Amino acid sequence: MNKISRRKFVTAGIATAAGVSGLAVASKLAQRYGLVPPDSRGIFGPGETLSYAAHRLFSRNSLAREFPRSMISKVPFANATDPPDDEFKRLQSGGFADWRLSVEGMVAHPVSLSLSDLKTFPVRSQITEVVCEEGWSYVAEWIGTPLHEVLKASGVLPQARYLVYFSIQPDWWDSIDIDDALHPQTLLTYAMNDGDLPVSFGGPLRLRVPRQLGYKSVKFVTRLVVTDSAKGYVGAIDPKSPNYGYSWYAGI
Amino acid sequence: MSPADSLSNQGPRHTALVRITHWITVLSFAALLVTGIELIISHPRFYWGEVGHSQMSPLFRIPIPSSRSTVPSGYGYVLPDQNGWSRYLHFEAAWALLITGLVYLVFGLRTRHFRKNLFPAPPDRTWSAVARVIAKHLRLAPPDEAEARTYNVLQRVTYLFVVFVLFPLVIWTGLAMSPSFNSSFPWAVNVLGGRQSARTLHFLISLSLVVFLFIHVAMIVLTGFATRMREMIIGADPVSQEGT
Repeated sequence: MNKISRRKFVTAGIATAAGVSGLAVASKLAQRYGLVPPDSRGIFGPGETLSYAAHRLFSRNSLAREFPRSMISKVPFANATDPPDDEFKRLQSGGFADWRLSVEGMVAHPVSLSLSDLKTFPVRSQITEVVCEEGWSYVAEWIGTPLHEVLKASGVLPQARYLVYFSIQPDWWDSIDIDDALHPQTLLTYAMNDGDLPVSFGGPLRLRVPRQLGYKSVKFVTRLVVTDSAKGYVGAIDPKSPNYGYSWYAGI
Repeated sequence: MSPADSLSNQGPRHTALVRITHWITVLSFAALLVTGIELIISHPRFYWGEVGHSQMSPLFRIPIPSSRSTVPSGYGYVLPDQNGWSRYLHFEAAWALLITGLVYLVFGLRTRHFRKNLFPAPPDRTWSAVARVIAKHLRLAPPDEAEARTYNVLQRVTYLFVVFVLFPLVIWTGLAMSPSFNSSFPWAVNVLGGRQSARTLHFLISLSLVVFLFIHVAMIVLTGFATRMREMIIGADPVSQEGT
């Protein structure tokens, strides 16, 4: 081995060592600042982590676009939803008076709220777009209780990192990080345009997450669980979830 | 730089930087194309403005079956949903393309790659020079010695257009479909005329990249596939090439 190639060899060795330890440090920092999504493993992990980290670095508190009233779609699109089960029909026949939303997990005061309880919280109305992962979209006015109002009233514990939310339909749930859960536009929606939220659009209660694709806005929400780990509830990696195979983070 | 200067340059036809970034781009583009087609299948209709869905009239539609029962495709069957891995791979490949593009841009500027190899040489910056090259193509004349070592004005303008116009536009229109990106940079989608306009433009620009790809590959086949591939893979020093 001549002198130059030895120097090159040593330089390359140092560069590799620096690169590897740099990556290790970057990974620690990324974990600490919440830049790593729960589906960061596997062949699509690097791309998914880059997208999520970029959005959390540059768009953590940004607001989804809101539109003027004139841009509300004349015909919104309900998309296909499974027919409601018997339990849903029973609640529907009672005008959803018995509908309950429970708030559980890492909160100081777990509660169970009826729709009229929910309406005692501050109301927010926002005109935002539903963006389906398939490519279509529409704009509607969504009215409801900001999720952060309910979470704050329940006292979210400091170690909370995720919110898991469940539909009344079996095996329909998803999770978001605590940033999106406390985001001012994340809305427990009970009304749409000029009336109650229609069942086809997720009524009586849908969690709207306007900075992410439509599949994160789960319909017929009955249960919220605040946790420190989304393990077991990452739609993307659980074969039981309707979002199985879809990326967990859908801000893109 | 005159063609004679290029001839006296005895380095490889393409630098290592160009070769490596070229092939990473090929892989990324292939992944983006396949997954892009797959994503279109879930809604092969295109709209203009902010919103659009199955119950609105499209700007145009592609007459193919769809992977969603809610899309009136006219076919009696629904294709399987492949959007999960398609979207994962689309964005992962987009990151690879973006990072490769930035490396190419920075090193291309530092090594004066764009000025030396892509900006038309001063004598070629005339319409008559362009006309001469087009006439030569129409006669199907083989490339002369100088052209084997450098790009003619038509190639240079095309590559510059692809690198500095089409790729930036396709990245921009792609980002303009991201609800989170739009929350930080609403102007990026608003100036395009809305989200559905961004989607339609993304499709049309991708289509023009595919047209470029077909012409690019056709020209490589016509001018000597083996030689061109050797140049882009190992750099192929012209001296060692003389016997071929």
